[in-house]
Amino acid sequence: MGVEYLYPEFEVIRNESRCIACGVCVRQCANEVHAFLGGTQTILSDDAKCVNCQRCVSLCPTHALKIVKSDCRLRENANWDNDTIREIYKQANSGGVLLSSMGNPKPLPVYWDKILINASQVTNPPIDPLREPMETRVFLGKRPQKAERDADGKLCCSLPPMLELSMPVLFSAMSYGSISYNAHASLARAAKALGIYYNTGEGGLHEDFYVYGDNTIVQVASGRFGVHENYLEAAKAIEIKMGQGAKPGIGGHLPGAKIVGDVSRTRMIPEGSDAISPAPHHDIYSIEDLRQLVYSLKEATNYKKPIIVKVAAVHNIAAIASGIARSGADIIAIDGFRGGTGAAPTRIRDNVGIPIELALAAVDQRLRDEGIRNDVSLIVGGSVRSASDVVKAIALGADACYIATAALLALGCHLCRTCQTGKCNWGIATQNPELVRRLNPDVGSERLIRLMTAWRHEIKELMGGMGINSVEALRGNRLMLRGIGLTEKELEILGIAHAGE
Amino acid sequence: MCSKTPLPYMRHYTRFSAFVNPFFKKIFLPCVRKGLTNPVARRIIQAMSNGVHFGTKPFRAEMGVFSFLFEEVNGMTPKEGQVRIPSGCAIAAVISREGRRMTGEKIIEAMKPMHERSNGLGGGFAAYGIYPEYKEFYALHFFFDSRDTRKTCEAFLKERFEIYKAERIPTRKLPQITDEPMIWRYFVAPLQSVLSDLQLDEKEFVVRTVMQINTQMEGVYIFSSGKNMGTFKAVGYPEDVGLYYRLDEYEGYAWTAHGRYPTNTPGWWGGAHPFTLLDYSVVHNGEISSYDANRRYIEMFGYKCTLQTDTEVITYILDYLVRRQALTLSEAASVIAAPFWSTIEKKTDLEDKAKHIYLRTLFPSLLVTGPFSIVLGFDGGLMALGDRLKLRSMVVGEKDDKVFIASEEAAIRVMEPDAANIYAPAGGEPVIIRVKEGAY
Repeated sequence: MGVEYLYPEFEVIRNESRCIACGVCVRQCANEVHAFLGGTQTILSDDAKCVNCQRCVSLCPTHALKIVKSDCRLRENANWDNDTIREIYKQANSGGVLLSSMGNPKPLPVYWDKILINASQVTNPPIDPLREPMETRVFLGKRPQKAERDADGKLCCSLPPMLELSMPVLFSAMSYGSISYNAHASLARAAKALGIYYNTGEGGLHEDFYVYGDNTIVQVASGRFGVHENYLEAAKAIEIKMGQGAKPGIGGHLPGAKIVGDVSRTRMIPEGSDAISPAPHHDIYSIEDLRQLVYSLKEATNYKKPIIVKVAAVHNIAAIASGIARSGADIIAIDGFRGGTGAAPTRIRDNVGIPIELALAAVDQRLRDEGIRNDVSLIVGGSVRSASDVVKAIALGADACYIATAALLALGCHLCRTCQTGKCNWGIATQNPELVRRLNPDVGSERLIRLMTAWRHEIKELMGGMGINSVEALRGNRLMLRGIGLTEKELEILGIAHAGE
Repeated sequence: MCSKTPLPYMRHYTRFSAFVNPFFKKIFLPCVRKGLTNPVARRIIQAMSNGVHFGTKPFRAEMGVFSFLFEEVNGMTPKEGQVRIPSGCAIAAVISREGRRMTGEKIIEAMKPMHERSNGLGGGFAAYGIYPEYKEFYALHFFFDSRDTRKTCEAFLKERFEIYKAERIPTRKLPQITDEPMIWRYFVAPLQSVLSDLQLDEKEFVVRTVMQINTQMEGVYIFSSGKNMGTFKAVGYPEDVGLYYRLDEYEGYAWTAHGRYPTNTPGWWGGAHPFTLLDYSVVHNGEISSYDANRRYIEMFGYKCTLQTDTEVITYILDYLVRRQALTLSEAASVIAAPFWSTIEKKTDLEDKAKHIYLRTLFPSLLVTGPFSIVLGFDGGLMALGDRLKLRSMVVGEKDDKVFIASEEAAIRVMEPDAANIYAPAGGEPVIIRVKEGAY
C-alpha cells in the first residue's frame, strides 16, 4: 500500500442470503479473487484481483454474485479522467509500456452506427427471403480483365484460384498461442460446417487441424513462426500479415511462458523462448519487396492459392492498397483501428490507425478510379459487430468481412480485456490446460455456427428489403446507404448521401 | 404439383409472375392491368379453379385464361381511377425475321392500349433499317438547346468526322408535345487520320466521342449513334411522340417502343427511352436494385452514367459485355440475369454448368437485380430479357415472319390480332430474334 494504491475498479457483491458456499466461484476464478476463509464455510472476495470477466457470476448456481463498478472514484475531472490518472500511477510505479487487450474502447465515432440502410417501397418490390432464393455466396480473388475463348470460340472457363464462401464473413486471424487449442478447434470446425474460413494467425497450424485445410487460411507474418512447406500446402489461401488494426506499425510478442508444449512445436521455436515478431518483415522494406514475397509464396504453392495481404488501416491506406493491388496479391485485407488483439501497447491501440469504414470507402473508390478494383477482392475487419455492419461494409464496397471479437464473444468471451494475463477464465485466451478445458469445442463450434446462421438470416432479410437477391448486387451499391449526423467531408469520403437526400 | 387447385383469394400482388409457387399460389396475370373489376376477378378465380395448371412453367398452360381475360377486359371501357399501378413502363417491339420493312404505324398503335403504363413524361422509339441509303454512316441524332450550341458542336464534329449530311429531323407540330429542343441528325464517318492518331477502332472512337459530348458539352445531347438505325424520343405519351416524329413515314425491319412512368428521374427529353449507344438500344420497364453496384463497376471502363437511369447503365453493360468482352448475347444475358447458384448446381450439362459458374464469378458486379424487363435492339435483331425472379411482365408472340414483344398481350393483339404462340418467357431466359443473314 502506498501512493500507487487505488481502490479496486470493481467490487464483488455477494448476496450472503443466497450464497450456499458451494465454492464454484473459488474454483472458477483463475485470478484467485474468491477464497474460503481458512477452514470455514465463509467465502471472501478480493476485489483488487477482479477483472470483471463475469465467470463467477455466470456460474454461481444461486445467482448470489454480481460485479459492479466501484463508486470509489477520484475527484471528477473532465480533463484528467480516472483511467488517465490510474495509468499515470501505473507507469510511475512500473516504468513500463502499458498493455491492453481486445479492441479500442474509447468513445470515438463508430461510423457503422451513422449509416442507414435503404428498403424498397412501391416502385420496386422487396423480396421475401422465406419465399424466394436469396444468395449470399461470394468468391474472393483476382478476376481476369477479359473473358478468354479457345480456338473454337468456346469460353475457356478457367479462373485464377479463388476462395468460395457461403456467406461474406470469415473468422479473422488469431494465433494458436494467443488463443487456446479448443478455441482454434471451435473456429476450424465451425468454418468447415459453414463453408467459410478461419485464419491461423501467426502461430502455425497445429497438426490436428490439417484436416480442416480446405477451410483454413494460413498466415505468414514477420516472425515467420510455423511456416513450412506443408503448412502452406495445407491451406486454401495464404495471408501475408503486414499489419494489424489494433497495433499498426509494431510487431508482436508472445511471452515465453505461453510457449509450451504444442504451442512451441507448432510455432517451431524452443519452449519458454519469447516469440517476437518484428515490426517490419525484414525482407520487405518497400512495395517491390512485397511483390517478391507474394510471388515466392505463389511459386512455392504452384500458383494454386490466392495470396491475401493484410494491412492495418492507416492514413495513406488508399495509396497503400493500390500498391498492393499491383503487387500480385489476390485479396487485400484491411484491419480498422478498432480491431482486437491478444495484447498491444495501450497507447498504440487507442491512438494509431483510422476507422475501417473510412478506410474501406477510400480504398474501394481509389481502386475503381484506377480501374484495378477487379484485380483484388477486399476483406475488411476491425470491429464488424453485426449483420447490419456486414451489409453496410459490403454496400460500401467490401467483398467480405473478417470477424474475430464477435466470434470470441460467441465462444464465451465477456470482453474483460485482460487477455494479456493468460488467465482467461473462459478458456479462450489461455494455455493453462485447466482453463482451456472449460471451452468445449463441440459447444463452441455449435455456438459459432448458430451465430453465423443468424447473421446470414439477417443479411438476407436486409438484402430482401432492398429488393436485392444476391450479395453481388449489394457490393459497392452505395446508393443503398445514407449518412446520419455526418459532416460533408465524412459523407464525401464515405461516398454516400445524407439521409433525406 | 397440383392441378385444379382452387385459388383461395386474390393476392394483391398477382401482377408479378414470380415462379408459380405451389405453396403460396402466386399467379401470373400480365394482362390484368386495367378494367379489373370484381366480376372480372371472379371470372379469373373461377377459370383458375377450373383447371389452370400451377407448375414451374405455367405460362403455356394459362394461355387459355389469358385470352379469355383479354376479351373480357377489352369488352369494357377502362375507366379513370380503376386499377392503376403507379410503377410501370410500357414496352413493345416487333421484328421481321425476313427483314421486311414496316412503317412505324403499327408500333405506335401498339402503345395505345398500354397508355396507363406511362404518365406522359417520356416516350420513344428505336427503328432499325430506316436509313439504308446512308448505312455506311453513323447516324447521330442530337438535341441542341440553341443555334449557338449547334454551331459549336458542329465545329467539334468536323475535326473528327466527315459529315455526309446534316439536317433537322422532320417533326409534326402537336399540341401534346411542347418545349421541344432543336432536333438534328448528322450522318458521319470518323476521319481515318484521327482514328490512326488515337489508335482506336471506329466504334470505340464513336463511343468516346458520344460520351465526351454528352458529359462535357453544355446544351448538346446525342441520343442515337448507330448505323442504319435511329431513336426518336420526347417528353409526352409514346403514341404522340410517334406522330410527332412522323414515324409513319419511316420503314424499318425492327421497331421498339417505350412509354415512361418516371419514378426516380425527372422526365426530360434526353431521359426518355430508348437509351442507345452505337446500334444498341434498350427499352426497359423496371427499377433495378443493383443500380449503384452496376454503375460503379461499369464506370471503371470509361462509361459515364450521366442520366442516372437504370436503362442507361443496362445499355452500357450490354455494350461492355457484347462489344468489349465479345460475349454472345445469351452469355451476356447469363451475366445480367444470372441463374441462381442452386439452379446452376443442378445442371447436368457440365459444359453449360462450367460456363455459368465462370460468367457469374468473372462478372459478379454486372448481375442486375430487382424488377426489369428489357428489349435490346441491335444491328440485325432483338433480344428480350426479364429479371431472374420475373418481377415484370413481358409476353412474346409471332405471326409468319414477324415476332412481337410487349409488356402486355393487348399491345401484341393490336399489332397482329392473329398472333400465335403467345407466351411469357421465364425470368432470365433471353429471347433472341435475328433477321436472316443478308436481309438487313
